[in-house]
Amino acid sequence: MARMKFLCDAERCIECNACVTACKNENEVPWGVNRRRVVTLNDGVPGEKSISVACMHCTDAPCAAVCPVDCFYTTDDGIVLHDKDLCIGCGYCFYACPFGAPQYPQQEAFGVRGKMDKCTFCAGGPTEDLADAEYAKYGANRVAEGKLPACAEMCSTKALLAGDGDMVADIYRERIMRRSGRPQTWGWDKAYGGGV
Amino acid sequence: MKNREQKKANGKRAHVRIMLWSLLLIAVGAMVAPLGGYLFVEIAEAQSFEQTNPRSETTWRDVRVGNEGITTVRGDETGVLIQNGGENWRQLRNGIVAAIMPWVMGIALVGISLVYFIGGKHKLDEKPSGRVVPRWKLWERVLHWSTATMFILLSITGLSLLFGRAVMIPLLGPEGFAAYAGVAMMTHNYVGPFFTACVALMALAWTWHNIPNRTDLAWFKAGGGFLKGKHPSAGRMNGGEKVWFWFIVLVGGAVCVSGVVMNFPIWGQTREMMQQANLVHAVAAILWIGLFFGHAYIGTLGTEGAIDGMKTGYVSVEWAKQHHDLWYEEVKDQEIDASEIGLESGVAVRQDRPASTG
Repeated sequence: MARMKFLCDAERCIECNACVTACKNENEVPWGVNRRRVVTLNDGVPGEKSISVACMHCTDAPCAAVCPVDCFYTTDDGIVLHDKDLCIGCGYCFYACPFGAPQYPQQEAFGVRGKMDKCTFCAGGPTEDLADAEYAKYGANRVAEGKLPACAEMCSTKALLAGDGDMVADIYRERIMRRSGRPQTWGWDKAYGGGV
Repeated sequence: MKNREQKKANGKRAHVRIMLWSLLLIAVGAMVAPLGGYLFVEIAEAQSFEQTNPRSETTWRDVRVGNEGITTVRGDETGVLIQNGGENWRQLRNGIVAAIMPWVMGIALVGISLVYFIGGKHKLDEKPSGRVVPRWKLWERVLHWSTATMFILLSITGLSLLFGRAVMIPLLGPEGFAAYAGVAMMTHNYVGPFFTACVALMALAWTWHNIPNRTDLAWFKAGGGFLKGKHPSAGRMNGGEKVWFWFIVLVGGAVCVSGVVMNFPIWGQTREMMQQANLVHAVAAILWIGLFFGHAYIGTLGTEGAIDGMKTGYVSVEWAKQHHDLWYEEVKDQEIDASEIGLESGVAVRQDRPASTG
């Protein structure tokens, strides 16, 4: 069984935000919800690096651990999904997540947030695969169609890799061998407990 | 002729020698030349890669400690790649808070049961005569009971959010509990600010009665009258009540402030603030619930006649003398017969007025 992972190659990311656009377009997410974002470090100075970040689908997901209604589950592919029918919009997953992945359609007084939304690795949700209800609540289910997440598929420099963790690691390791330098498997330690 | 042949042989030898040396050169070259790639890589690594693609020594270290970059996504802390506080919060909330705090409530309940079953009820020494004195005004009672109702509502809903996953999902099922938890969270979030306002009002209204003094010291030395024997002197509020009051002002205040921090995520609070507020909120609130058990017991089951003050506004003269003798001296000119003001409940008007326990 595959163990799905994201990897963003900081030496390749050119901060074009195509992944962000692809995600919004593919999943029709509401205004204000950003399942993926690109963060640039040392912007404008030599050594500038950009990273595209979304839910990393952690091995021991902190969001799932703190959820008061236990609405998270991990699929056989290692994708962390949640059930919006159970979610009460309390915001705890947002407190716990290291990557700032959980998003809310609202952020108002009296703790009104609405149901949490996050990257699904383009794998939909707990409802029936590829049903209209699934698309409305969770967005696309490309994994059920045998495809990979839209963000990684769209990446022009192939900086953002998505897929089976071993294959992603092999591709990345080969790149490191060719171009030298140290591997920077950004976020992997935090999400999966180890690098490439 | 011979000379010519000699020359030819020499030329042939030289030709072979050149050929051999060339072969050797080619062989050595073929072995050495590919190694030049390593040299090239060495040079490339030492110069061009670092020059064309420099990397700050601290970039990734900065990311790990939560320093911000820039991003086009609007919102609080969107530039932070890794936020470490969440993991600590998770460990503390799911670990220490969830594991230790239930014991506080358990110990409080066990302690109260022990006091009740071993020490027994704190009864009136004298048979009530039917005379009463006013203790709590109407607005004070309304304030008290509004706060009390909201406190109980908030306790139940709050505890549900912390322990419901472990305790209630097995009973209600995931869908049933989620439906309840949604309502519980809404109730908690909307009642909280009104409760906070009531707590603030109580703090303002009753501070004057709760200034600690020498009498309280003696009251504590005598064990608050829990030990059989003489009742220590007390003014309008005894030492125990003052402890409860100041506990509410300080610990309860922390609960209210931390609650407001989490309830209004519109002022740009960072996640770190929310995590800390959540921990303070849970720990302080459960301590509060623990002490509340004591307060509720003493005010109802534990002390005969104590509930009358908060229920009707009047307490029997005998209760006042027994528990708040100094205060009784202040208000004894307001003493009145229970029937005159139409009191319908309380020890002073009960048909079976308790006899002296001797």
